[in-house]
Amino acid sequence: MVRTYFLLLWTWTRAAAAYPASFALMNLLGFVTAAIDVAVILVIFANTTTLAGFSRDEVLFLYGAAALAFTICDTFVSNIDRVSSHIRTGTLDTFLIRPVSAWIQLTADRFQITRLGRILQAALVLGYAITALGLDWRRGWMIPVMVLTGIVIFGALWTLAGAAQFVLTDAPEVVNAFTYGSYQLSQYPLGIYARDVVRGVTYVLPLAFVNWQPGLYVLGRDDPFGTPEYTRFAGPAAALVLALVAALAWRQGVRHYRSTGS
Amino acid sequence: MIELDQVGRSFKVKRNVVHAVRDLSFTVSAGEFVGYLGPNGAGKSTTIKMLCGILTPTTGRVRVAGLEPARRRTTLARRIGVVFGQRTTLWWDLPLKDSFELIRHLYRVERGAFAARLAELTETLDLGGFLRTPVRQLSLGQRMRGDLAAALLHAPDVLVLDEPTIGLDVVSKNGIRDFLKRLNAERGTTVLLTTHDLGDIERLCRRVMLIDHGRLAFDGTLGDLMATAPEESSIEEVVTRLYTGGASRSGTG
Repeated sequence: MVRTYFLLLWTWTRAAAAYPASFALMNLLGFVTAAIDVAVILVIFANTTTLAGFSRDEVLFLYGAAALAFTICDTFVSNIDRVSSHIRTGTLDTFLIRPVSAWIQLTADRFQITRLGRILQAALVLGYAITALGLDWRRGWMIPVMVLTGIVIFGALWTLAGAAQFVLTDAPEVVNAFTYGSYQLSQYPLGIYARDVVRGVTYVLPLAFVNWQPGLYVLGRDDPFGTPEYTRFAGPAAALVLALVAALAWRQGVRHYRSTGS
Repeated sequence: MIELDQVGRSFKVKRNVVHAVRDLSFTVSAGEFVGYLGPNGAGKSTTIKMLCGILTPTTGRVRVAGLEPARRRTTLARRIGVVFGQRTTLWWDLPLKDSFELIRHLYRVERGAFAARLAELTETLDLGGFLRTPVRQLSLGQRMRGDLAAALLHAPDVLVLDEPTIGLDVVSKNGIRDFLKRLNAERGTTVLLTTHDLGDIERLCRRVMLIDHGRLAFDGTLGDLMATAPEESSIEEVVTRLYTGGASRSGTG
């Protein structure tokens, strides 16, 4: 299964290389977009020294963690949000006649290797922040756990977005609010948002576990919203629950298609 | 090989229920070559999608190669080949050969068997001249031959073709027909073919099924089909009579 997935990635990469100019432009564009994200954070700190009580390097740490998880999913899973266009053009049928799961085929669909540059950029920001902060190394184990949790959460969100498109065939953009919107939200310390928003992304859509809750643990800080200590460690459980919900939704989506046709 | 037992399939279209297929029963035995005819919107594609497991029937039971398609879709995929004449399953920007290699992996075809099969298909479908050409640069006739080869690389027992000769010139059509005829005669592959080209039917199909308004309107040999109309009618006239309801709808099925 994993081998099939990577083989599909390789296939799409070679297909994309058939258009070298577009290939180069996408690379450039990806890099510029990522650079602007960091620039925004640096601009904010040119005017203030802290953001919701967090120093520049702490904010970069939180940003880097979310960005790393997000860009990995954006590269390897996000292609699934083209489901609706496959339904409209009828190409979904060609995926369904193959002896490989539709999820594998669709997450690899038209894979863009050029997005790898953004993963590297996110990793650099995170790496810089970790070094600059001089973190307590006994808490460092949480960093990979946090990134993995983030990957599962964003991957699940995209799967949900893909599943929703089986129903929202005519308005595929609606689901972008959840995927890209969630990322925008988790780029900054949640301390800058209102209490109700933070409650929502802790207990309903578990975005707080992408970087905020585990990040507080790594940084050795208390939650300004006063959540108990154990919530710092609840990330993996929350991610698993979300992944399960996403898997069920995806199954329902495919089943819905097979029972409605198009 | 293919069994449909009182199969029905309805769709909800803005509060109305449309019966694309209703109470459809037929059996296709191993090694048969069956033409599946019907006017546009009669339910041909719906039937085919149910055979591949892309659509779940609303009522009744479907069996293909002993499997229930809707439940065992990915398992069944290894046993049947499917060609949609109107859309390709090949990778648009890659050389034909690369699509085949990928299909070998997806269907887990053993390397030796694949090489032998590809050599055979390259010869019988005359693919040699464009194996290294990107699919987007192929002519429609070449692409269709490529699609046929792609559907047969895993040596399926059943081949389902949805309008495989659509848009092709006379020479390309004949090439495809000869190939299908040989495939059926020499390898014993069961073939179910939908088409609007009655030449396909005349040249290839011993048995013809005709579906209209989602029901089976005729099932019998080509001779039986011709016998439903006055003598010396052409096949076009015979089929026109059946499509427009000019003949009795009993047939022999």
